[in-house]
Amino acid sequence: MIKVEGLSKNAGAVEILKDLTLSIPPGGITALIGPNGAGKSSLLHCIAGLDRPTSGMVRIDGTDPFSCPDRERARHLAFLQQSQPVVPRLTVRDMVAFGRWPHHGGRPRPEDAEATEQALRAFELEDLSERPLEVLSGGQRQRALVAMTYAQATPWLLLDEPLNALDPRHAHDLMRRLNDLSHAADERSVVVVLHDINAAARWADRIIAMKDGRIAAEGLVAEVLTGEVLRDLYDTPFDVLVHGGRPLVVTV
Amino acid sequence: MRSSPRSPGPIADLLRPAILIAAALIALTTASLAIGSASLWGGDLGTGWLLAVSRFPRTAAALLAGAGLAVAGTVVQQAVQNRLVEPSLTGTTESAMLGLIAITLIAPGMSIGWKAALAAVAALAGTGGFLMLARRVPMQDPLLLPIVGLIYGGILSAMAIWLAWNADLMQLLGAWRLGEFSGIVQGRYELLWIIAALSLLLYTLADRLTLLGLGETQARSLGLNYTQTRLLALAVMSLIASLVTVTVGALPFVGLVAPNLISRWRGDNLRANLPFIAAGGGGLVLAADIAGRLIRYPYEIPAATVFSVFGAAIFLWLLHSVPARSHG
Repeated sequence: MIKVEGLSKNAGAVEILKDLTLSIPPGGITALIGPNGAGKSSLLHCIAGLDRPTSGMVRIDGTDPFSCPDRERARHLAFLQQSQPVVPRLTVRDMVAFGRWPHHGGRPRPEDAEATEQALRAFELEDLSERPLEVLSGGQRQRALVAMTYAQATPWLLLDEPLNALDPRHAHDLMRRLNDLSHAADERSVVVVLHDINAAARWADRIIAMKDGRIAAEGLVAEVLTGEVLRDLYDTPFDVLVHGGRPLVVTV
Repeated sequence: MRSSPRSPGPIADLLRPAILIAAALIALTTASLAIGSASLWGGDLGTGWLLAVSRFPRTAAALLAGAGLAVAGTVVQQAVQNRLVEPSLTGTTESAMLGLIAITLIAPGMSIGWKAALAAVAALAGTGGFLMLARRVPMQDPLLLPIVGLIYGGILSAMAIWLAWNADLMQLLGAWRLGEFSGIVQGRYELLWIIAALSLLLYTLADRLTLLGLGETQARSLGLNYTQTRLLALAVMSLIASLVTVTVGALPFVGLVAPNLISRWRGDNLRANLPFIAAGGGGLVLAADIAGRLIRYPYEIPAATVFSVFGAAIFLWLLHSVPARSHG
C-alpha cells in the first residue's frame, strides 16, 4: 500500500502539489491522469523517493522512501522517468541487466543473469539484446527501459508517461504487458502516468485524476471517467461512450 | 543457443580487442625504450643505466599520464552526461595550476607530493564551480557545455597567468601548461604510480560510474547513492589531473579522445571497457611522445603539442560523424 498524507511540494514560489492525501492499494494498474502541469510527475517523483516534498509524508508498504538506503529502496520500488536525456551506449542486455544492480551491487550472481534473460523474454527483446540502445527506435528503447525496471523485480513499478514515444501498436503491447504482470502470480503493482485517457480507460484498474496540484477525482475507472469529471478536469467537453464494456472517451 | 555475427561470445568478445591493445602497447613500449638521442648500444652510457634512469621512467610516465587522463575524462563525462568534456574543459586542470601557483607563492619549499595533494583540492573546488555552471546549461545541445567549460577554464587560466606574471613564476607555469616528457628521469615521475592505484580504485566503481552516466534520476532509482558516488569519482579525477599537471604538465584532448574512441568501438559499459580506455589513453600519449622525439630528431617536440594536433583532428571527426540510428 502506498500512503501519501498532507503532501505539498513547492518549486520556488510555485506550489506544485497542494496538501495531497491518497492511498494506492497493491495490485493492478493505477493510472494518474490530468492536464499538463497538474503535478502528476511531481507526485510520482515524491512517491519514488527521488524528490523531497516540502511537507507531508510518503510511506511505501510502511517504509519512508526518503530515510531508506538507496539500494534497499530500489529493491522495493522501480521508477522509469519520462525521457532519457542522454542515451547511453549500452546494449539492450547490459541496460536490462542494470535493473539487477540494486540486488547484487556489482557482484552479479547466476540468478541475476537469469532474471535479466527472463525480462528480455517477457518484453520480446531477445533478438535486440546485443544491439546498442542508440540505434534502436524510440519504441524499442522504451521497451528495453521498461524491461530494465521489470528486471528490478520490485513489488512497485512507477512509470512516468511510458507511452510517450510509442505508436498505437507498441503502446497497446506495453499496456497489455503491464496488465499481465500486474495481475500475475508475483503481483506487481503498477502506477503509471498516462496522457492517453483511453489507454487508462482500457487498462487501468483505478484512476487518480489530478488538476492544479490537487486530486480532482479518484476511484474505479467507471467512477472517474464520466463526462462531468473529465470536463472539469481538462476544461473541455467530452462524450463518454462504452466500447467492449469499458468507457471510450471522445472530445466533443 | 542463438548466436549473431556481432557477438562471438563474451570471452572472445573481450579477448580479441585485449590482444590487439596489448600488442599495440608492447610495440609502442619497445619503440619508446629504443628511440632517443642517445644510442642504447655502443654509446658512452651503459645500456642498462640509460634504460633504468631515462627511457623506462619516460615510457612509464607517458603510459601512466595517458591512462590517468583517459580515465579522468571518462569520470567527468559520466558525471555531467556529456561526452565532449574532459579535465581541461571543466576547469579542473586550470584550477590545479592556479592552486599550484598559489602554493608555490605561499610555501615554496613544500614537497611535490603535498603540492599535488593541495592542487587536487583546488582542482576539485574548480570542478565544483564547473558543475554549478553545468546545471544551468541545457542538455539538449551537447556542444554548449564544452564551450562553457572552455570559457570557465580560460578565466581560471588567466588568473593563474596574472598571479604567475606578478610573482615571476611564468617559467614554472609554462612547464605545467605544456605537457612533455623530455625532463622525465628516475626520481622525477614516481608520483604518477599513484595514478595506477587510483585507476584500480575507479575500476572497482565501474558499475557505479556507468550508472552515473544515466543521470541523477535514473541512477538513483536504480539504487545508486548519486551524490556520494559523484563526489568520490570527481575527487579521484581531480587528484589524477593534478598529479599529471604537477609531474608532466597539461595534456589536453587525451581525456576526450581516448574515452570517445573506446566508446565508439566498444560502448559505455565501463565494467568491460574502463581497462581499454586506460590502455588507449596510455598508448596514445606514448605514441605522441615517440612522434615528438622523431619528427625533428634529435630535437624534441612536446607530446602535448603533437597530441593537440592529432586530438583536434579526432575531435572534429567525433563532432561530425554521428552513429547510424534507426528512427521511429
